[in-house]
Amino acid sequence: MAGKTLYDKLWESHVVREESDGTCLLYIDRHLMHEVTSPQAFEGLRLAGRRAWRSSSIVANPDHNTPTDDWDKGIKDPISRLQVETLDANIKEFGALVYFPFKHANQGIIHVIGPENGTTLPGMTVVCGDSHTSTHGAFGALAHGIGTSEVEHVLATQTLVTKRAKSMLVKVDGQLGNSITAKDVALAVIGRIGTAGGTGYAIEFGGAAIRGLSIEGRMTLCNMAIEAGARAGLVAPDEKTVEYLKGRQFAPKGTDWEKAVAYWATLKSDPDARFDAVVELDAGVIEPQVTWGTSPEQVLSVHGHVPNPANEPDLQKRGGIELALKYMGLAADTPISEIRVDKVFIGSCANSRIEDLRAAAKVVEGRKKAVSVKLVLVVPGSGVVKRQAEAEGLDRVFVEAGFEWREPGCSMCLAMNADRLEPGERCASTSNRNFEGRQGSGGRTHLVSPQMAAAAAIAGHFVDVRTAF
Amino acid sequence: MKAFRYLNGLVCPLDRANVDTDAIIPKQFLKSIKRSGFGPFLFDEWRYADHGEPDMDCTQRPLRQDFVLNLPRYKGAQVLLARDNFGCGSSREHAPWAIEDYGFQVVIAPSFADIFFGNCYKNGILPIVLPGATVDKLFAECVATEGYRLSVDLESQTVVAPSGSPSLSTFRCIASTAC
Ligand code: SF4
Repeated sequence: MAGKTLYDKLWESHVVREESDGTCLLYIDRHLMHEVTSPQAFEGLRLAGRRAWRSSSIVANPDHNTPTDDWDKGIKDPISRLQVETLDANIKEFGALVYFPFKHANQGIIHVIGPENGTTLPGMTVVCGDSHTSTHGAFGALAHGIGTSEVEHVLATQTLVTKRAKSMLVKVDGQLGNSITAKDVALAVIGRIGTAGGTGYAIEFGGAAIRGLSIEGRMTLCNMAIEAGARAGLVAPDEKTVEYLKGRQFAPKGTDWEKAVAYWATLKSDPDARFDAVVELDAGVIEPQVTWGTSPEQVLSVHGHVPNPANEPDLQKRGGIELALKYMGLAADTPISEIRVDKVFIGSCANSRIEDLRAAAKVVEGRKKAVSVKLVLVVPGSGVVKRQAEAEGLDRVFVEAGFEWREPGCSMCLAMNADRLEPGERCASTSNRNFEGRQGSGGRTHLVSPQMAAAAAIAGHFVDVRTAF
Repeated sequence: MKAFRYLNGLVCPLDRANVDTDAIIPKQFLKSIKRSGFGPFLFDEWRYADHGEPDMDCTQRPLRQDFVLNLPRYKGAQVLLARDNFGCGSSREHAPWAIEDYGFQVVIAPSFADIFFGNCYKNGILPIVLPGATVDKLFAECVATEGYRLSVDLESQTVVAPSGSPSLSTFRCIASTAC
């Protein structure tokens, strides 16, 4: 019998019951929540006269609707404010292990917070009514996004009705070049397999280049697994994981810690494990990536040229390229490096952690943003990240360059608050989605790494951060 | 939620791949704390020429005449014919809520994104996966024939095209998707 994959192990240790057709009831350890996808779930619970089964599994905070400036003025938009206040009231009524209300010193993006305080741990099942829950797979946790009906189901029963996914190994061997980040790896993988390439799979990332990534880099990578269609991304825990978690507030302590570390060491795919699909990439050839279209798979190296639909024989695909070029306001064959940006956004659960900010600041230090760039927003992922960055003086580097240093939150990743692109504006963004209208109606998004975003802010257009300055 | 065993419905063809949930229901409408009333904002940016905000009266808004949902011949459609990877992106259940509230009961595509697919079943929408070549044929027939309707028989799990047409297809209901 073949060995087990990491996914198999995580799955099997959480199955409560399996039906003959493969439908399973899966136990959920950690339930993350934010204000957008939870109100209807709590309402359902209330209507059914139920309580939360295990409120101590809940870690919650508002992030999508919260403003990133003028916190003293509160939330101006009354509809946004009501949604945030509804979460306050629901948590008050149903309980939670951790809740950071708006303006709390530790508030931030929910996917930054869980790992930060040690409520995300290896071996857990983690869900959230948010597709980027895949982020937490970086710790070797089985983590994925769910819909609001499922949020209600988890609240009521602490379980999820679901089926086992197929398993895919994305193996990135070799060594990443200088200034090549987890974001570039993620985009290169999506460019290779497409946004539906991972549909139906849980993707485990392995290989020397992945082991070489920091925990934060692994979070960026797993964050983007959903953009490849996979609900879950996974990296096996190792000594870096242990090191990262040690001493975090909710990480186990004392003998529990010893036991946990011993258990985590078993959380890896067996050498003879069989995957349903294997994709291999050579880290050494990955260049800085920039998306040109309206889907994360429409991505190229910074040295590439925007595609020409005339060269695409598949009519369906050609139509897709034409639509994307039209929306993005780009002519076929334009060199990526000639694309000028109006705004730059450094933030989101893909890239708003301390290492991301350090990397961006390193590019920016002693330089100024291009005059043609209207706005550069730097939005830390949490209050903890913000304080750390300020302690290191990163905020001053950004402000001196003409960037704006903001309060934590989702911000212009999806523009539910006041941070957004105006119609036709073009943005270099470290977020994870370049869909039409994502950063504001009519806005045009190019996804890049923090280094590449910072470099675009300085140059006014995309440049290869390795050689530009 | 309207239950059905058999549906004979007008088909509306949405001919683009990778339709994401941001396009199905843009973020500003996610501020609602209710689960109804999203239908008028379905595909908001493609459907209307102005910028939509929650609580707007959509009956007064300027329509984009070239968007398929706005063509008179597709008024009252109950079956949405779509392309690959429909419903990708955000896990927002507001997407199926909007599709259902608009009046669609069935979405047919060669493939769906996982979370969206699962969300459909929780909201009385039947997502049907048919082979790419079959979907191509349905698109061609639908565009060529005004008033094109498909029959969906849930018990036999078949999609039947108008009589004389060969595109009869079986599908499988999968009650819950892989995680
Ligand atoms: S930062 Fe963006 S992707 Fe992440 S949770 Fe917030 S809105 Fe979603």
